[in-house]
Amino acid sequence: MGSVTLSNLRKVYAGGQEAVRGVSFDVADGTFCVLVGPSGCGKSTLLRMIAGLETVSSGTVAIDGRTVNDVEPADRDIAMVFQNYALYPHMRVRDNLAYGLRNRKTPKPEIETRVAEAARILGLGEMLDRYPRQLSGGQRQRVAMGRAIVRKPQVFLFDEPLSNLDAKLRVQMRVEIKRLQRSLGVTAVYVTHDQVEAMTLSDQLVVMSAGRVEQVGTAIEIYRRPMTRFVATFIGSPPMNILAGTVEPGGIVALPEGGRVTVPAAAALAPGTPVEVGIRPEEATRRAADGASLRMRVDFAEELGATRLLHGKLGGQDFIVQTQLLDQAADGDAIGLSVEPSAVHLFDPGTGHRID
Amino acid sequence: MQAKRVTFGGTALPLALLAPQLAVTVVFFVWPAVQAVITSFQREDAFGLKTEFVGLENFRDLWADPLYLESFGTTMIFSAAVAVSALVVGLLLAVLVDRVSRGAEIYSALLIWPYAVAPALAAILWAFLLNPSIGPLTRLLRVLGIAWNYNVDGTQALILIVFASAWKQVSYNFLFFLAGLQSIPRSLLEAASIDAAGPWRQFRTIVFPLLAPTTFFLIVVNVVYAFFDTFGVVHATTGGGPGQSTTLLVYKVWKDGFIGLNLGSSSAQSVVLLVIVIALTAVQFRFLERRINY
Ligand SMILES: Nc1ncnc2c1ncn2[C@@H]1O[C@H](COP(=O)(O)OP(=O)(O)OP(=O)(O)O)[C@@H](O)[C@H]1O
Ligand SMILES: [Mg+2]
Repeated sequence: MGSVTLSNLRKVYAGGQEAVRGVSFDVADGTFCVLVGPSGCGKSTLLRMIAGLETVSSGTVAIDGRTVNDVEPADRDIAMVFQNYALYPHMRVRDNLAYGLRNRKTPKPEIETRVAEAARILGLGEMLDRYPRQLSGGQRQRVAMGRAIVRKPQVFLFDEPLSNLDAKLRVQMRVEIKRLQRSLGVTAVYVTHDQVEAMTLSDQLVVMSAGRVEQVGTAIEIYRRPMTRFVATFIGSPPMNILAGTVEPGGIVALPEGGRVTVPAAAALAPGTPVEVGIRPEEATRRAADGASLRMRVDFAEELGATRLLHGKLGGQDFIVQTQLLDQAADGDAIGLSVEPSAVHLFDPGTGHRID
Repeated sequence: MQAKRVTFGGTALPLALLAPQLAVTVVFFVWPAVQAVITSFQREDAFGLKTEFVGLENFRDLWADPLYLESFGTTMIFSAAVAVSALVVGLLLAVLVDRVSRGAEIYSALLIWPYAVAPALAAILWAFLLNPSIGPLTRLLRVLGIAWNYNVDGTQALILIVFASAWKQVSYNFLFFLAGLQSIPRSLLEAASIDAAGPWRQFRTIVFPLLAPTTFFLIVVNVVYAFFDTFGVVHATTGGGPGQSTTLLVYKVWKDGFIGLNLGSSSAQSVVLLVIVIALTAVQFRFLERRINY
């Protein structure tokens, strides 16, 4: 079946823009792989190179072990769902679904069964004779998915397929996409800049930045053990707090305006080394202000329903704490915080790499 | 979209602002048209001394006149040839320019130039290039074994005026087709290429159907042009000859009226043309109203 292997993949656009700068990773057969990263980091470019819509400047793309650099998109056994759906506006839904099969000279009865099956799976039954303009956004999205599944390809490619839907529909379609991929057992490569989508959909998460891969792993691995400061702040919402400090003897990091954090990894560093400490908002717990090793002044609180976010300054640096609904801290209060040493991340301020 | 509206009080100012345009329309269009309709029901005696009302007789005479019917046929063939050739070439050029990534603006600008040349001038240039005795293209044709002389060969004369007339329309069609092509989202063609449609199939099943509204609009515009705007071309090149072979309806109106001095018949012919252009315009508007918006 359809594994995807990228080795040293690079893309330089005609204008000299280097969109992808040496990317290598494997997507095992049947895996749901999500590419996530900020806008302009080269996610779409990478996906389009897998699809064959963009030429490869150097490196290789292999699908199911076969190098496909010079293979036409039609012959790569992939299907793609576009951000704007790219439905053929002058064809009925039925013909949109059947188009790829007809071009491949699939026998008529077979086309009919496959279209009917896709329509059943996606609940498109009544819409088969409508034109795309007569469908809602969510229905169009389904047709676009249908067009991908009728062909039974080895790999599904998605480029931000949910970004044109409203928030509620997005959650619903997200679940549907995941269910569909599971039941068909097909490999998927999915591009998004929404980290909730990225966390929930992925078996394998690839975090990209500026044309490079920052980290590959499961969502949980990446959340628990981000390998760079970029990944640490990009994955997780609200983002991880980063505090600058200096190492003191005994695995302690001192913050500039008072406050000390115990970090086991700091024990191996020479005292006086500048470092960055990462603490997730949900890992900091409230304590009494007196005698706490960390103190924060609350600037304002954001109510999220089940939780509250307290924004403030800790050691002169911005800090966010996620607390429980019943928390009483008000603007201007000074609060104490504590963090489990195992939940503190340490980064090199120069390279941004994780220090273990 | 809600446009910001400026309202004028009263009717005097709007009328004053519209007056120049209205005056031009009335003097140069409505007035002659009314005159033509009136004259088409009249007959003048040989000395131009008195005119009498003859009802539809001028029209009946036209349908009985083999020369008129022949001219009608010639005009049909001519318009079809002009429209088809100008559309096909315009579309071809648009597809080619749409494909180049560098210098597309330069190609477009150059391809629009012919539109700026008056048809009669373009016609004279073509007539020179294809002149039976001194035309450079004529020599080329001779090398290819084609005896070219539009002064004696009616078909060749027709080809010449088709060429000279379509020449300018190509630019117009090119411009519209290019805009049409560029409004087709790239992702549609990418989806089609993943759906195993080669370039020709993509064109046939995606691009061309999506250009249908543009094509329809251009067919009407080109036919109207071929019917009504080609007097200058004929006048500057073949003068309707040899024989009757390039006497288009518009040319015949002028020839019968101003050379033959048969004002009744000439007016009846104008009225027929008027009815045709009204019908074409009506079809156009009907279609534009109901146009499918993708
Ligand atoms: N056709 C192109 N020609 C030149 N440069 C391009 C082209 N397409 C993309 N780029 C550039 O390549 C870089 C990566 O673009 P890409 O579309 O892959 O980003 P992305 O990660 O998908 O971003 P987004 O989340 O905004 O969709 C960008 O800097 C972009 O400007
Ligand atoms: Mg993108």
